[in-house]
Amino acid sequence: MSKGTPISPSLMASKPSAAKAADSVDSVDSASAVLGPNRVVEPTEMTGSEAIVRSLEELGVDDVFGLPGGAILPTYDPLMASKINHVLVRHEQGAGHAAQGYAMVTGRVGVCIATSGPGATNLVTAIADAHMDSVPLVAITGQVASSVIGSDAFQEADIVGITMPITKHSFLVTRAEDIPHTLAAAFHLASTGRPGPVLVDVTKDAQQSKMVFSWPPKIDLPGYRPVTRGHSKQVREAARLIAAASKPVLYVGGGVIKADAAAELVQLAETTGAPVVTTLTARGAFPDSHSQHVGMPGMHGSVSAVMALQQADVLITLGARFDDRVTGVLSTFAPNAKVIHADIDPAEISKNRTADVPIVGSVKEIIPELTEAVRAIQEKDGGADLAPWWAFLNRLKEDYPLGWTEPEDGLLSPQKIIQRIGELTGPEGVYVAGVGQHQMWAAQFVKYERPRAWLNSAGLGTMGYSVPAAMGAKVGNPERVVWAIDGDGCFQMTNQELATCTLNKIPIKVAVINNSSLGMVRQWQTLFYDGRYSNTDLHTGAETLRIPDFVKLGEAYGCASFRVEREDQIDDVIKQALEINDRPVVIDFVVSPNAMVWPMVPSGVSNDLIQVARNSTPVWEEED
Amino acid sequence: MARHTLSVLVEDKPGVLTRVAGLFARRAFNIHSLAVGPTEVDGISRITVVVDAEGDLLEQVTKQLNKLVNVIKIVELLPDNSVRRDHLLIKVRADAATRIQVTQAVDLFRASVVDVSTDAIVVEATGTTEKLEALLTVLEPFGVREIVQSGTLAIGRGSRSMSDRALRAS
Repeated sequence: MSKGTPISPSLMASKPSAAKAADSVDSVDSASAVLGPNRVVEPTEMTGSEAIVRSLEELGVDDVFGLPGGAILPTYDPLMASKINHVLVRHEQGAGHAAQGYAMVTGRVGVCIATSGPGATNLVTAIADAHMDSVPLVAITGQVASSVIGSDAFQEADIVGITMPITKHSFLVTRAEDIPHTLAAAFHLASTGRPGPVLVDVTKDAQQSKMVFSWPPKIDLPGYRPVTRGHSKQVREAARLIAAASKPVLYVGGGVIKADAAAELVQLAETTGAPVVTTLTARGAFPDSHSQHVGMPGMHGSVSAVMALQQADVLITLGARFDDRVTGVLSTFAPNAKVIHADIDPAEISKNRTADVPIVGSVKEIIPELTEAVRAIQEKDGGADLAPWWAFLNRLKEDYPLGWTEPEDGLLSPQKIIQRIGELTGPEGVYVAGVGQHQMWAAQFVKYERPRAWLNSAGLGTMGYSVPAAMGAKVGNPERVVWAIDGDGCFQMTNQELATCTLNKIPIKVAVINNSSLGMVRQWQTLFYDGRYSNTDLHTGAETLRIPDFVKLGEAYGCASFRVEREDQIDDVIKQALEINDRPVVIDFVVSPNAMVWPMVPSGVSNDLIQVARNSTPVWEEED
Repeated sequence: MARHTLSVLVEDKPGVLTRVAGLFARRAFNIHSLAVGPTEVDGISRITVVVDAEGDLLEQVTKQLNKLVNVIKIVELLPDNSVRRDHLLIKVRADAATRIQVTQAVDLFRASVVDVSTDAIVVEATGTTEKLEALLTVLEPFGVREIVQSGTLAIGRGSRSMSDRALRAS
């Protein structure tokens, strides 16, 4: 055991300065969260709340997002003296999304803290979001004293019960001595296997009572044994299928980014020569500029990506989950394809689409093995001829590129603005979208070259994700330009975090793609409800009352604020925004409410019926 | 739909039953019966759950259950290599005139009378679901007042224990 220099004056125990053990905690592959040899703390008496802060320090946490209240108050006292940077949010949902954004750009566990009752329930949306998108998140909530649990005490809510279906796991801690090992277990669960949110609910008396702290604690999770190494026989079987395929497709999901397997993926893609599609959560897992990238699949995917999947004879599915937004009507999805499905979560395999070759494990380990196995077959038997397949796909890429028609009302086209933001900022930026039309355009028209550059709420579709998640991303990646590409509807759900950004010097840039309406809902009303616009007009855009006025709103929050209404202002204002680094920027891009997201596979039909514009479906030449 | 019996070893921690039951509800799986109790190992409980599911759905149920952190091991107990029993308590009308007939029926089923009052008796019976249904049919004409039944309990035949391998590691 060693004793090093004190980290927090108020906490008497010590933390050796040498090891930065974050890697071993946060890596998906790590077998255990118990930390390296130097991170040992000899038994020291302290309160439960000090133990919470101390445990977070020992777990390598640098930043947390939260908002105090009665039941978590004891913990905020030692937090004040800690080196941990606590970002005080304006709403707990913001803390949750910020922790998600932080986790998404850093690959480390995001941490949010809230009090009992409403504080905890305000985290619920972010926890559900993290659960759907497999984001490593630890939510720490205060709970009323254990003696009054179940008595409907002030600010009591059964948050463990409420979040049971939307967490990977949850804990109720009623004894101070259980705090260190519970937090260590929470971090281990959140960051290993299929990542996800873990809730730790700590009663006020557990925070206040004395305990003896030592580190590392022993984690006891007999029922938790994630498999990381793929079965080698299955890998060889997959390689045989790939080598024999004439129309293979790499169907890449967000799991590739979570597993940090983007470099390995390039190797596999180039070895097989197969086209790659990157789903909404996988944008950037494979460079858009790579000649083998054929686009994003799904409801608003590119024709080449959607048709590659539809016509494939082998799907090499990596960390993807056959979401309904990708498959369309499941029974008509990729009807001729044999399915190889590699995923770290066994329950994803054959959940929606039956896998012919299931491989359970981390794609970080599976992909290189698969590459080797394919290479071995190629050396023996030569590679497959994919020339006809590529001729077909390249023709689709050429005939049906992503694009848009200029609006007829004279207002700006949102797609152009988003494209210019991407072009002027470049691939080193981070782009965080809300949910709706602007999200789809940001997925389509920003070019992603690296993983962890694109963040959005994909599975849950949470409006309001963008501003707080961008804030968290900027805290995690302070040196990068972080854009919140938001809609006028989304922005009004969580823009109060601009106060947090301004006061804490978190200079994000917010592009409000302001079409004065709930645009995606309006698009569906245009297409499927005869243009009856029930409750989708928000009165924020051109020739409206502008309630609120986003420029004034931004200024009220201390942000540099601009309005862009003319084509010739677009580049100038984006460039000005890129120059500002001492405060957040809000740009009100006033765009046409009539712009629509294309292509589109209408809900309830086969992906074969993809429309490139209203009522316009390409006619497919079947190859065989 | 086919009926399957799953034996699930779980950590004996607060909320485990809620997690298991909640999972069934939210994934729209049907529970036919459920029984829970301690095992030969301290800190480990065993849930016997009978589900209506087949093929892929049964596989999903098992995989989703396995994802619960407190779930340690799951086995499906097939009819051929397991013993399964339900436990039933029945309150049936039995006065001086009918008591003999009722107790004879009880004897035939190797059930036992565990409480007697002037106009009713309580019968305790253990057996397969089919046997208990047959007993109920026989007692029905006398007037069944109240029934309480356990979920199915099931155990594998032979000398092996379900907890043997589950707890060896970690």
